[in-house]
Amino acid sequence: MNWMRDPTSEMSPVKRARLTPPPSLAGKTIGLFDIGKTRTDEFFNQVELRLRERGLNTVRVGKPTNAKVATTENLQKIAAAVDVVMIGLSD
Amino acid sequence: MTLEPGVAERLEAKHKGGIVLAARTIEYSAHADPMEICFERGWSDGLPVTPPTDERVLRMLKGSSRKPTEVIGNIPPYLAPCTIEKVAINAVMAGCKPEYMPVLLAVLEAALDPLFTLHGVLATTYFSSPVIIVNGPVTQAIGMNAGVNALGQGNRANLTIGRALNLIVRNVGGGKPGEADRATLGAPSKITLCFAEDETDPDWEPLSVARGIPRGRSAVTLFQGHGVEAFVDQKTRDPAGLSRSFATHLVRMGHVRLTQSARAIVVLSPEHYRIYREAGWGRREIERALYEATIRPGREILAGLDGIGEGVAAGRADEMIPKFHDDGIVVVRAGGQAGLFSAVLPGWLAGRNKAELQLVTREVRDMRGIGE
Repeated sequence: MNWMRDPTSEMSPVKRARLTPPPSLAGKTIGLFDIGKTRTDEFFNQVELRLRERGLNTVRVGKPTNAKVATTENLQKIAAAVDVVMIGLSD
Repeated sequence: MTLEPGVAERLEAKHKGGIVLAARTIEYSAHADPMEICFERGWSDGLPVTPPTDERVLRMLKGSSRKPTEVIGNIPPYLAPCTIEKVAINAVMAGCKPEYMPVLLAVLEAALDPLFTLHGVLATTYFSSPVIIVNGPVTQAIGMNAGVNALGQGNRANLTIGRALNLIVRNVGGGKPGEADRATLGAPSKITLCFAEDETDPDWEPLSVARGIPRGRSAVTLFQGHGVEAFVDQKTRDPAGLSRSFATHLVRMGHVRLTQSARAIVVLSPEHYRIYREAGWGRREIERALYEATIRPGREILAGLDGIGEGVAAGRADEMIPKFHDDGIVVVRAGGQAGLFSAVLPGWLAGRNKAELQLVTREVRDMRGIGE
């Protein structure tokens, strides 16, 4: 493990803060991100069904294979289209 | 012990001898890129920063004789105490060399003088940020640029000293754009605007001397402004005419009809200066002439003329109204030998009266970093 020194006033936690989740998903577009593993679509079909039963908007997004990281272009496209992302793993 | 550069600091960092750093450590995986971590944590002004490793921070601290634990002041906007060690950490990140530390510490002291109103300069919706002018032998000792492209890119000391101050405000003070920093548009000079004055002409009174620092000593002067506006006059050859010519530009600062709320720095190029010098004019004569040439009849700048809302009230039509405070125009010499161009650095429009905000000058005292 390497380290560097904190340049701040040290009033924030040493761990990087995560983004605060939205208080409610109502009205938000939820991206269901298929990482490209086999049968992820089956898993997300079930998740999507449950979310839609609650009246929530969903969009299917993802990348073609889990062997490669998502391209910047793909991530930018998704970031512009959805409010929150659920990343799905399956096997 | 070996005298190879950097070895002493590496050994000191490894074996925790000598100075013990107090700042907390931020750990990261050997597979992570420390520059990217600095971005992710919000420690950057948008440009890459040098990761503040122990070795680099220890080396930076050797540029000052002051104790790393000494608190230099509380940094706005959140008034967090700032130690010399935190200054050194941010100086590393900005790209400073240890020998810049004495200048940077003087800059920080000047910025923290209440007369400089650093909180307001940061928080304003206007374009302003600290503009730093450095005078005296230190400018040559650390290789600052007062000549060709003095306000531009390419000189490490000019660029990184100004950047270090702004990083300290961001990282220690917590002043970030969109949070406490409410600039409507901002300006590139909010990253850095720092340069040295050209003192090669012994007849010229340097800015630091005009502000009470003995000749031959080093000092920094901070101004609330932004830059850079171009002024071009390639035809006028007499000092009075050139002053009136400058005035045509200066009166437009902010808006041509705004008055009495302004300071500005005129960065006088060598070719423009030569016109004044050959006529026997020095700093006092030039600054006075510029001030007087920017006083205008109220009737020319009335609100509502030509359907333009800005301007002075109708009742002031018969007054002669200054654009600037009577000490509001400050001349600094810099620039390359060729070009009948000078520059104007407009000031923050917040100074409703002279005392409200002022330029602040501090002597560079702790010269350890530059070998004294």
